[in-house]
Amino acid sequence: MIPMSWYLVIAAALFCVGLFGVLSRRNAVGILIGVELMLNAVNINLLTFWHYYIQVNAEPPLNALVFTAIVFIVAAAETAIGLALIINAYRQRSTVIANDLNLLKG
Amino acid sequence: MTPMQITFILIAAVTLVSAVMAVTARRMMHAALWLIATLMGVAMLFATLQASFFAVVQVMVYVGAIAILILFAIMLTRRSTLESDQASLGSGWIINALAAVGVFAALVTAVWAWPAAETVLTELPKDAEQLGLLGQIIADPNGFAVPFEVSSVLLVAVLVGAIYLAVERKPQRGGRQ
Repeated sequence: MIPMSWYLVIAAALFCVGLFGVLSRRNAVGILIGVELMLNAVNINLLTFWHYYIQVNAEPPLNALVFTAIVFIVAAAETAIGLALIINAYRQRSTVIANDLNLLKG
Repeated sequence: MTPMQITFILIAAVTLVSAVMAVTARRMMHAALWLIATLMGVAMLFATLQASFFAVVQVMVYVGAIAILILFAIMLTRRSTLESDQASLGSGWIINALAAVGVFAALVTAVWAWPAAETVLTELPKDAEQLGLLGQIIADPNGFAVPFEVSSVLLVAVLVGAIYLAVERKPQRGGRQ
């Protein structure tokens, strides 16, 4: 089948693409999309190690599945609250460009 | 090259290309659609890992809920999105790309330095996922009942807060409109 390093490398690549999106996007929704990609990369890693653990130890590590589920929950929460904040900021300032949301700047 | 490896490479290519498009596309709407392609690719990766439950959850939660939420947010903030078509990336994007490539190089070095990473993942027995046990341990007070309940409360609080933040309040009396 597939060597484990392939999964780890693809997860690292996905994480770095997400990191680039978070750092470079001007649109706040684009930044959130980058965060989603990073969270997905983490989930790929978690499930890869879950598979590896079963294979090596022949017993299921349920902690890994619970951990992954919690990453899912936190991702859903983060997106919901982030998008609500962006919509609210758009109502107040008519922009979603992160650089222009500088109301607190002295 | 086994057929499984070829499948993996195809899935990985689709996932990575659409991820790159999702962070560089000029129009946010296109970026969100590329994001959906990426999320489906990740769901397929989960399926190749034999984590069938999380493959389904990925499609339902990410593609079905989060991506649709992002599409809604983009449509609700449409005017400013259209204005910003000209420069979707900030001015320092070359430095950011170099930083991301640096992090990637560090991660790949760490993977290479670890001998166990070369382990070939074999096919698990059919019931390896043990979803029944997962359901029991989530509801077990000695297992993960507390984190599970805390995350439920977190979700409820977040959704109530999101509605409170996003709802459009009309002025009570007088005022504008």
